[in-house]
Amino acid sequence: MVLDARGSFCPGPLMELIRGIRQAKVGELIEVWSSDSGSRSDIPFWVQKAGHQMVGIYEEAGYARFLIKKVK
Amino acid sequence: MKKVVVLGGGVGGTIVANLLAKRLRPDEAEITLVDSSGKHVYQPGFIYVAFGKTNPKKLVRDERRLLRKRVKLIIDEAVKIDPLNHKVHLAKGPVLDYDRLVIALGARLVPDELPGYKEAAQHFYSIEGAQKLRGALENFNGGKIIVTVASVPYKCPPAPSEAACQLDYYFTKKGIRDKVEIHYLSPLSRVFPLEPVNPVVEKIFVKHNIKSTIFFNVESIDPAKKMVSSIEGETFPYDMLLMIPPHRGAKVVEDSGLGDRGGWLPTDKYTLRTKANSDIFGLGDCTDIPVSKSGAAAHFEAKVVADSVVADVRGEQATAKYDGRVTCYCDAGYHKGFSMTFDYEHPPVPPPLSLRGWIGKQMINFGYWMLVPSGRV
Repeated sequence: MVLDARGSFCPGPLMELIRGIRQAKVGELIEVWSSDSGSRSDIPFWVQKAGHQMVGIYEEAGYARFLIKKVK
Repeated sequence: MKKVVVLGGGVGGTIVANLLAKRLRPDEAEITLVDSSGKHVYQPGFIYVAFGKTNPKKLVRDERRLLRKRVKLIIDEAVKIDPLNHKVHLAKGPVLDYDRLVIALGARLVPDELPGYKEAAQHFYSIEGAQKLRGALENFNGGKIIVTVASVPYKCPPAPSEAACQLDYYFTKKGIRDKVEIHYLSPLSRVFPLEPVNPVVEKIFVKHNIKSTIFFNVESIDPAKKMVSSIEGETFPYDMLLMIPPHRGAKVVEDSGLGDRGGWLPTDKYTLRTKANSDIFGLGDCTDIPVSKSGAAAHFEAKVVADSVVADVRGEQATAKYDGRVTCYCDAGYHKGFSMTFDYEHPPVPPPLSLRGWIGKQMINFGYWMLVPSGRV
Protein backbone atom coordinates (compact mmCIF):
# COMPACT_ATOMS: atom_id res chain seq x y z
CA MET A 1 0.00 0.00 0.00
CA VAL A 2 1.51 3.36 -1.02
CA LEU A 3 0.16 6.53 0.60
CA ASP A 4 1.29 9.73 -1.10
CA ALA A 5 1.02 12.51 1.50
CA ARG A 6 3.49 14.87 -0.14
CA GLY A 7 2.47 18.52 0.15
CA SER A 8 0.58 17.86 3.36
CA PHE A 9 1.78 19.62 6.49
CA CYS A 10 2.49 17.53 9.52
CA PRO A 11 0.49 15.69 10.91
CA GLY A 12 -1.17 14.91 7.57
CA PRO A 13 1.34 12.16 6.62
CA LEU A 14 1.03 10.56 10.07
CA MET A 15 -2.76 10.67 9.78
CA GLU A 16 -2.47 8.92 6.42
CA LEU A 17 -0.26 6.23 7.97
CA ILE A 18 -2.66 5.63 10.87
CA ARG A 19 -5.52 5.35 8.38
CA GLY A 20 -3.44 2.95 6.27
CA ILE A 21 -2.47 0.76 9.24
CA ARG A 22 -6.12 0.39 10.20
CA GLN A 23 -7.00 -0.82 6.72
CA ALA A 24 -3.94 -3.07 6.22
CA LYS A 25 -3.65 -6.74 7.13
CA VAL A 26 -1.05 -8.06 9.59
CA GLY A 27 2.21 -8.55 7.73
CA GLU A 28 1.35 -6.01 5.03
CA LEU A 29 3.86 -3.30 4.09
CA ILE A 30 2.73 0.31 4.02
CA GLU A 31 4.74 3.02 2.34
CA VAL A 32 4.11 6.68 3.16
CA TRP A 33 5.57 9.51 1.09
CA SER A 34 6.04 12.78 2.94
CA SER A 35 7.66 16.07 2.06
CA ASP A 36 7.22 17.42 5.58
CA SER A 37 10.32 17.36 7.76
CA GLY A 38 8.24 16.76 10.91
CA SER A 39 7.39 13.27 9.63
CA ARG A 40 11.00 12.18 10.21
CA SER A 41 10.43 12.26 13.93
CA ASP A 42 6.63 11.79 14.11
CA ILE A 43 6.32 8.66 12.00
CA PRO A 44 9.12 6.52 13.58
CA PHE A 45 7.96 7.63 17.05
CA TRP A 46 4.39 6.53 16.39
CA VAL A 47 5.43 3.26 14.70
CA GLN A 48 7.48 2.35 17.78
CA LYS A 49 4.72 3.33 20.20
CA ALA A 50 2.09 1.39 18.25
CA GLY A 51 4.33 -1.69 18.12
CA HIS A 52 4.78 -1.93 14.36
CA GLN A 53 8.05 -2.29 12.48
CA MET A 54 9.90 0.61 10.82
CA VAL A 55 11.46 -1.16 7.85
CA GLY A 56 13.25 1.86 6.46
CA ILE A 57 13.32 5.55 5.61
CA TYR A 58 14.48 6.38 2.09
CA GLU A 59 15.39 9.92 1.06
CA GLU A 60 14.21 10.95 -2.41
CA ALA A 61 14.35 14.30 -4.18
CA GLY A 62 12.17 16.61 -2.10
CA TYR A 63 10.51 13.92 -0.01
CA ALA A 64 11.09 10.79 2.04
CA ARG A 65 9.58 7.32 1.75
CA PHE A 66 8.72 5.60 5.02
CA LEU A 67 8.29 1.84 4.82
CA ILE A 68 6.35 0.27 7.70
CA LYS A 69 5.25 -3.30 8.36
CA LYS A 70 2.06 -3.94 10.28
CA VAL A 71 3.02 -6.63 12.79
CA LYS A 72 -0.05 -7.01 15.00
CA MET B 1 -26.50 26.04 -23.23
CA LYS B 2 -24.29 24.22 -20.76
CA LYS B 3 -25.59 22.37 -17.74
CA VAL B 4 -23.85 22.71 -14.38
CA VAL B 5 -24.96 20.43 -11.56
CA VAL B 6 -23.86 21.01 -7.96
CA LEU B 7 -24.33 18.20 -5.45
CA GLY B 8 -24.66 19.39 -1.86
CA GLY B 9 -26.17 22.50 -0.29
CA GLY B 10 -23.52 23.10 2.32
CA VAL B 11 -21.25 26.13 2.39
CA GLY B 12 -19.17 25.11 -0.65
CA GLY B 13 -22.01 24.03 -2.93
CA THR B 14 -24.16 27.03 -2.06
CA ILE B 15 -21.40 29.56 -2.75
CA VAL B 16 -20.51 27.92 -6.08
CA ALA B 17 -24.12 27.87 -7.23
CA ASN B 18 -24.65 31.50 -6.27
CA LEU B 19 -21.43 32.72 -7.87
CA LEU B 20 -22.24 30.87 -11.09
CA ALA B 21 -25.73 32.32 -11.14
CA LYS B 22 -24.25 35.77 -10.68
CA ARG B 23 -21.53 35.48 -13.29
CA LEU B 24 -22.97 33.30 -16.04
CA ARG B 25 -25.82 34.63 -18.18
CA PRO B 26 -29.02 32.53 -18.26
CA ASP B 27 -28.33 31.65 -21.90
CA GLU B 28 -24.84 30.42 -21.01
CA ALA B 29 -25.65 27.88 -18.36
CA GLU B 30 -28.43 26.23 -16.41
CA ILE B 31 -27.43 25.81 -12.78
CA THR B 32 -28.97 23.06 -10.68
CA LEU B 33 -28.21 22.31 -7.05
CA VAL B 34 -29.25 18.98 -5.54
CA ASP B 35 -29.53 18.68 -1.77
CA SER B 36 -31.01 15.80 0.15
CA SER B 37 -32.68 17.89 2.86
CA GLY B 38 -33.19 21.34 1.37
CA LYS B 39 -31.86 22.72 4.65
CA HIS B 40 -28.62 24.63 5.07
CA VAL B 41 -26.95 23.91 8.39
CA TYR B 42 -24.27 26.03 10.09
CA GLN B 43 -22.17 23.29 11.64
CA PRO B 44 -19.71 25.45 13.66
CA GLY B 45 -22.65 26.28 15.90
CA PHE B 46 -23.15 22.68 17.05
CA ILE B 47 -20.66 23.01 19.89
CA TYR B 48 -22.61 25.97 21.25
CA VAL B 49 -25.80 23.90 21.22
CA ALA B 50 -24.05 21.29 23.35
CA PHE B 51 -22.99 23.89 25.91
CA GLY B 52 -26.38 25.58 26.00
CA LYS B 53 -25.36 28.82 24.32
CA THR B 54 -27.33 28.55 21.08
CA ASN B 55 -30.79 27.51 20.04
CA PRO B 56 -30.49 24.83 17.33
CA LYS B 57 -33.16 26.62 15.27
CA LYS B 58 -30.68 29.44 14.69
CA LEU B 59 -28.35 27.06 12.86
CA VAL B 60 -30.74 25.91 10.13
CA ARG B 61 -32.26 27.79 7.21
CA ASP B 62 -34.06 26.83 4.03
CA GLU B 63 -31.53 26.37 1.26
CA ARG B 64 -33.97 27.92 -1.20
CA ARG B 65 -33.82 31.22 0.65
CA LEU B 66 -30.03 31.31 0.41
CA LEU B 67 -29.86 30.62 -3.32
CA ARG B 68 -30.21 33.08 -6.14
CA LYS B 69 -33.54 32.72 -7.94
CA ARG B 70 -32.16 31.27 -11.11
CA VAL B 71 -30.47 28.37 -9.32
CA LYS B 72 -32.79 25.40 -9.69
CA LEU B 73 -32.98 23.55 -6.36
CA ILE B 74 -33.87 19.86 -6.37
CA ILE B 75 -34.50 18.33 -2.96
CA ASP B 76 -33.48 14.75 -3.58
CA GLU B 77 -30.57 12.43 -3.04
CA ALA B 78 -27.96 11.69 -5.69
CA VAL B 79 -27.55 7.90 -5.71
CA LYS B 80 -25.22 7.34 -8.65
CA ILE B 81 -22.77 9.41 -10.64
CA ASP B 82 -22.04 8.16 -14.15
CA PRO B 83 -18.93 10.03 -15.39
CA LEU B 84 -18.82 8.23 -18.73
CA ASN B 85 -22.28 9.40 -19.74
CA HIS B 86 -22.18 12.65 -17.74
CA LYS B 87 -25.25 11.80 -15.72
CA VAL B 88 -26.36 11.95 -12.09
CA HIS B 89 -29.09 9.56 -10.97
CA LEU B 90 -31.39 10.72 -8.18
CA ALA B 91 -33.30 8.58 -5.66
CA LYS B 92 -36.70 9.88 -6.70
CA GLY B 93 -36.34 12.41 -9.48
CA PRO B 94 -35.15 12.41 -13.08
CA VAL B 95 -31.65 11.63 -14.31
CA LEU B 96 -29.66 14.85 -14.60
CA ASP B 97 -27.23 15.50 -17.46
CA TYR B 98 -24.24 17.70 -16.82
CA ASP B 99 -21.43 19.40 -18.65
CA ARG B 100 -19.72 20.25 -15.40
CA LEU B 101 -20.42 18.56 -12.07
CA VAL B 102 -19.42 19.92 -8.65
CA ILE B 103 -19.41 17.38 -5.84
CA ALA B 104 -19.69 19.21 -2.52
CA LEU B 105 -21.37 16.60 -0.38
CA GLY B 106 -19.33 16.93 2.79
CA ALA B 107 -18.14 14.19 5.10
CA ARG B 108 -20.43 11.45 6.38
CA LEU B 109 -20.68 10.38 10.00
CA VAL B 110 -20.52 6.60 10.29
CA PRO B 111 -20.91 5.75 14.00
CA ASP B 112 -21.64 2.09 13.17
CA GLU B 113 -18.03 1.62 12.05
CA LEU B 114 -16.85 1.57 15.67
CA PRO B 115 -18.60 -1.11 17.75
CA GLY B 116 -19.94 0.29 21.00
CA TYR B 117 -19.83 3.88 19.79
CA LYS B 118 -23.59 4.42 19.67
CA GLU B 119 -24.19 3.07 23.19
CA ALA B 120 -21.18 4.69 24.80
CA ALA B 121 -20.25 7.97 23.15
CA GLN B 122 -21.49 11.53 23.17
CA HIS B 123 -20.67 13.98 20.40
CA PHE B 124 -21.59 17.37 18.96
CA TYR B 125 -21.19 16.64 15.24
CA SER B 126 -24.92 16.83 14.50
CA ILE B 127 -27.74 18.88 15.99
CA GLU B 128 -29.25 15.74 17.52
CA GLY B 129 -25.89 14.70 18.98
CA ALA B 130 -25.29 18.18 20.40
CA GLN B 131 -28.73 18.26 22.02
CA LYS B 132 -28.15 14.83 23.57
CA LEU B 133 -24.76 15.96 24.88
CA ARG B 134 -26.34 19.06 26.35
CA GLY B 135 -28.68 16.90 28.39
CA ALA B 136 -25.84 14.63 29.49
CA LEU B 137 -23.75 17.61 30.61
CA GLU B 138 -26.65 19.06 32.58
CA ASN B 139 -27.00 15.77 34.46
CA PHE B 140 -23.27 15.22 34.99
CA ASN B 141 -22.33 15.81 38.60
CA GLY B 142 -18.72 14.68 38.63
CA GLY B 143 -16.32 12.05 37.32
CA LYS B 144 -13.94 11.55 34.46
CA ILE B 145 -14.68 12.85 30.98
CA ILE B 146 -12.58 11.57 28.12
CA VAL B 147 -12.46 13.71 25.00
CA THR B 148 -11.11 12.08 21.86
CA VAL B 149 -11.77 11.20 18.21
CA ALA B 150 -12.85 7.84 16.83
CA SER B 151 -10.55 8.04 13.81
CA VAL B 152 -8.77 10.36 11.42
CA PRO B 153 -9.57 12.28 9.29
CA TYR B 154 -12.44 14.20 10.87
CA LYS B 155 -14.10 17.57 10.34
CA CYS B 156 -12.69 20.66 12.05
CA PRO B 157 -9.42 19.32 13.52
CA PRO B 158 -9.37 21.78 16.47
CA ALA B 159 -12.92 20.87 17.58
CA PRO B 160 -12.07 18.19 20.16
CA SER B 161 -9.44 20.32 21.92
CA GLU B 162 -11.87 23.25 21.76
CA ALA B 163 -14.48 20.98 23.36
CA ALA B 164 -12.06 20.11 26.19
CA CYS B 165 -11.65 23.85 26.89
CA GLN B 166 -15.41 24.37 26.76
CA LEU B 167 -15.93 21.54 29.25
CA ASP B 168 -13.52 23.22 31.65
CA TYR B 169 -15.35 26.55 31.30
CA TYR B 170 -18.79 24.92 31.61
CA PHE B 171 -18.03 23.03 34.81
CA THR B 172 -16.16 25.99 36.32
CA LYS B 173 -19.28 28.11 35.83
CA LYS B 174 -21.40 25.28 37.22
CA GLY B 175 -19.18 25.29 40.33
CA ILE B 176 -18.18 21.63 40.18
CA ARG B 177 -14.92 21.81 38.22
CA ASP B 178 -13.06 20.25 41.15
CA LYS B 179 -15.24 17.14 40.80
CA VAL B 180 -14.64 16.76 37.05
CA GLU B 181 -11.50 15.30 35.52
CA ILE B 182 -11.03 16.20 31.84
CA HIS B 183 -8.65 13.96 29.89
CA TYR B 184 -7.94 14.68 26.24
CA LEU B 185 -6.65 11.76 24.13
CA SER B 186 -5.01 12.95 20.92
CA PRO B 187 -4.52 10.56 17.99
CA LEU B 188 -1.46 12.53 16.91
CA SER B 189 1.94 13.45 18.29
CA ARG B 190 0.61 16.56 20.08
CA VAL B 191 -2.65 17.88 21.46
CA PHE B 192 -3.30 20.33 18.63
CA PRO B 193 -2.97 19.12 15.03
CA LEU B 194 -1.03 22.16 13.77
CA GLU B 195 2.48 22.19 15.19
CA PRO B 196 3.02 25.98 15.50
CA VAL B 197 -0.21 26.36 17.45
CA ASN B 198 0.38 23.39 19.74
CA PRO B 199 2.31 25.30 22.45
CA VAL B 200 -0.58 27.76 22.79
CA VAL B 201 -3.09 24.97 23.34
CA GLU B 202 -0.78 23.01 25.64
CA LYS B 203 -0.44 26.12 27.79
CA ILE B 204 -4.23 26.44 28.00
CA PHE B 205 -4.53 22.77 28.95
CA VAL B 206 -1.95 23.13 31.75
CA LYS B 207 -3.52 26.35 33.05
CA HIS B 208 -6.98 24.79 33.20
CA ASN B 209 -5.94 21.37 34.45
CA ILE B 210 -6.89 19.46 31.31
CA LYS B 211 -4.88 16.24 31.23
CA SER B 212 -3.64 14.99 27.87
CA THR B 213 -2.25 11.84 26.31
CA ILE B 214 -0.82 11.74 22.79
CA PHE B 215 -0.78 8.94 20.22
CA PHE B 216 -4.10 7.49 21.30
CA ASN B 217 -5.91 6.05 18.27
CA VAL B 218 -9.10 4.34 19.33
CA GLU B 219 -9.18 0.59 18.82
CA SER B 220 -12.28 -0.33 20.81
CA ILE B 221 -14.83 0.80 23.37
CA ASP B 222 -16.21 -1.39 26.14
CA PRO B 223 -19.52 0.30 27.04
CA ALA B 224 -20.24 -2.12 29.91
CA LYS B 225 -16.94 -1.50 31.68
CA LYS B 226 -16.75 2.12 30.47
CA MET B 227 -13.25 1.70 29.06
CA VAL B 228 -11.69 2.93 25.83
CA SER B 229 -8.58 1.31 24.31
CA SER B 230 -6.11 2.37 21.62
CA ILE B 231 -4.25 0.57 18.85
CA GLU B 232 -1.11 1.77 20.66
CA GLY B 233 -2.08 -0.46 23.61
CA GLU B 234 -3.39 1.94 26.26
CA THR B 235 -6.75 1.72 28.06
CA PHE B 236 -8.51 4.43 30.07
CA PRO B 237 -11.73 4.36 32.11
CA TYR B 238 -14.36 7.07 31.72
CA ASP B 239 -17.63 8.26 33.20
CA MET B 240 -18.49 10.24 30.08
CA LEU B 241 -16.99 9.59 26.66
CA LEU B 242 -17.03 12.60 24.35
CA MET B 243 -15.80 11.19 21.06
CA ILE B 244 -15.89 12.66 17.56
CA PRO B 245 -17.61 9.97 15.45
CA PRO B 246 -15.90 8.08 12.61
CA HIS B 247 -16.12 9.81 9.23
CA ARG B 248 -16.19 8.62 5.62
CA GLY B 249 -16.62 10.33 2.28
CA ALA B 250 -20.00 10.77 0.58
CA LYS B 251 -22.04 7.61 0.00
CA VAL B 252 -22.82 8.35 -3.65
CA VAL B 253 -19.10 8.84 -4.29
CA GLU B 254 -18.39 5.42 -2.81
CA ASP B 255 -21.36 3.75 -4.49
CA SER B 256 -20.26 5.15 -7.85
CA GLY B 257 -16.72 3.80 -7.44
CA LEU B 258 -15.24 7.29 -7.36
CA GLY B 259 -13.81 7.29 -3.83
CA ASP B 260 -10.61 6.04 -2.25
CA ARG B 261 -10.56 3.48 0.56
CA GLY B 262 -12.18 5.96 2.96
CA GLY B 263 -14.69 7.13 0.38
CA TRP B 264 -12.88 10.45 -0.10
CA LEU B 265 -12.92 11.87 -3.61
CA PRO B 266 -9.42 12.00 -5.15
CA THR B 267 -9.07 15.64 -6.18
CA ASP B 268 -6.21 17.82 -7.44
CA LYS B 269 -5.34 20.09 -4.55
CA TYR B 270 -4.75 23.12 -6.80
CA THR B 271 -7.31 22.89 -9.64
CA LEU B 272 -9.92 21.06 -7.53
CA ARG B 273 -10.77 18.90 -10.53
CA THR B 274 -11.16 15.25 -9.64
CA LYS B 275 -8.17 13.17 -10.65
CA ALA B 276 -10.24 10.73 -12.69
CA ASN B 277 -12.55 13.18 -14.49
CA SER B 278 -11.58 16.75 -15.33
CA ASP B 279 -15.23 17.78 -15.86
CA ILE B 280 -16.02 16.90 -12.24
CA PHE B 281 -14.87 19.15 -9.41
CA GLY B 282 -14.37 18.08 -5.81
CA LEU B 283 -15.10 20.68 -3.17
CA GLY B 284 -14.79 20.73 0.60
CA ASP B 285 -14.91 17.94 3.13
CA CYS B 286 -15.78 15.15 0.68
CA THR B 287 -12.39 15.34 -1.07
CA ASP B 288 -8.98 13.90 -0.20
CA ILE B 289 -7.08 17.18 -0.49
CA PRO B 290 -4.63 17.68 2.39
CA VAL B 291 -6.27 20.59 4.18
CA SER B 292 -8.53 20.80 7.23
CA LYS B 293 -12.01 19.54 6.61
CA SER B 294 -13.82 22.77 7.44
CA GLY B 295 -16.32 25.25 6.14
CA ALA B 296 -13.56 27.84 5.83
CA ALA B 297 -11.61 25.65 3.42
CA ALA B 298 -14.77 24.95 1.41
CA HIS B 299 -15.49 28.69 1.34
CA PHE B 300 -12.14 29.51 -0.27
CA GLU B 301 -12.22 26.48 -2.57
CA ALA B 302 -15.68 27.43 -3.83
CA LYS B 303 -14.36 30.59 -5.45
CA VAL B 304 -11.72 28.64 -7.35
CA VAL B 305 -14.29 26.10 -8.52
CA ALA B 306 -16.65 28.88 -9.64
CA ASP B 307 -13.86 30.62 -11.59
CA SER B 308 -12.93 27.37 -13.31
CA VAL B 309 -16.50 26.42 -14.18
CA VAL B 310 -17.11 29.89 -15.67
CA ALA B 311 -13.96 29.52 -17.78
CA ASP B 312 -14.95 26.02 -18.91
CA VAL B 313 -18.48 27.10 -19.86
CA ARG B 314 -17.08 29.97 -21.92
CA GLY B 315 -14.42 27.81 -23.55
CA GLU B 316 -11.65 29.79 -21.92
CA GLN B 317 -8.48 28.55 -20.24
CA ALA B 318 -9.15 27.94 -16.54
CA THR B 319 -6.30 29.37 -14.49
CA ALA B 320 -7.69 29.57 -10.94
CA LYS B 321 -5.73 27.64 -8.34
CA TYR B 322 -6.56 26.89 -4.71
CA ASP B 323 -3.63 27.84 -2.49
CA GLY B 324 -4.73 25.71 0.46
CA ARG B 325 -6.03 28.68 2.44
CA VAL B 326 -7.89 27.91 5.65
CA THR B 327 -8.96 30.28 8.40
CA CYS B 328 -9.72 28.83 11.77
CA TYR B 329 -11.32 30.39 14.85
CA CYS B 330 -11.12 28.66 18.23
CA ASP B 331 -13.05 29.49 21.40
CA ALA B 332 -11.00 28.59 24.47
CA GLY B 333 -13.68 29.58 26.98
CA TYR B 334 -13.55 32.49 29.46
CA HIS B 335 -14.23 34.87 26.51
CA LYS B 336 -10.82 34.12 25.06
CA GLY B 337 -10.04 32.77 21.63
CA PHE B 338 -7.65 32.88 18.73
CA SER B 339 -7.72 32.79 14.97
CA MET B 340 -5.21 31.72 12.38
CA THR B 341 -4.89 31.60 8.64
CA PHE B 342 -2.59 29.28 6.74
CA ASP B 343 -2.13 27.73 3.31
CA TYR B 344 -0.03 25.12 1.49
CA GLU B 345 3.08 27.30 1.66
CA HIS B 346 2.58 29.14 4.94
CA PRO B 347 2.02 27.30 8.20
CA PRO B 348 -0.05 29.08 10.86
CA VAL B 349 1.66 31.65 13.05
CA PRO B 350 1.20 31.00 16.78
CA PRO B 351 -1.67 33.30 17.70
CA PRO B 352 -2.16 35.26 20.91
CA LEU B 353 -5.09 34.17 23.06
CA SER B 354 -7.35 37.19 23.33
CA LEU B 355 -10.81 38.65 23.77
CA ARG B 356 -10.49 39.87 20.19
CA GLY B 357 -10.01 36.29 18.96
CA TRP B 358 -13.15 35.23 20.81
CA ILE B 359 -15.17 38.16 19.45
CA GLY B 360 -13.97 37.24 15.95
CA LYS B 361 -15.55 33.82 16.28
CA GLN B 362 -18.82 35.24 17.61
CA MET B 363 -18.92 37.77 14.74
CA ILE B 364 -18.57 34.98 12.20
CA ASN B 365 -21.31 32.98 13.87
CA PHE B 366 -23.52 36.05 13.65
CA GLY B 367 -22.54 37.30 10.20
CA TYR B 368 -22.32 33.97 8.39
CA TRP B 369 -25.84 33.98 6.98
CA MET B 370 -25.56 37.46 5.51
CA LEU B 371 -22.10 37.19 4.06
CA VAL B 372 -20.96 33.67 3.27
CA PRO B 373 -23.56 31.59 1.36
CA SER B 374 -24.11 34.40 -1.13
CA GLY B 375 -20.42 34.43 -2.02
CA ARG B 376 -20.20 38.08 -0.99
CA VAL B 377 -17.03 37.48 1.02
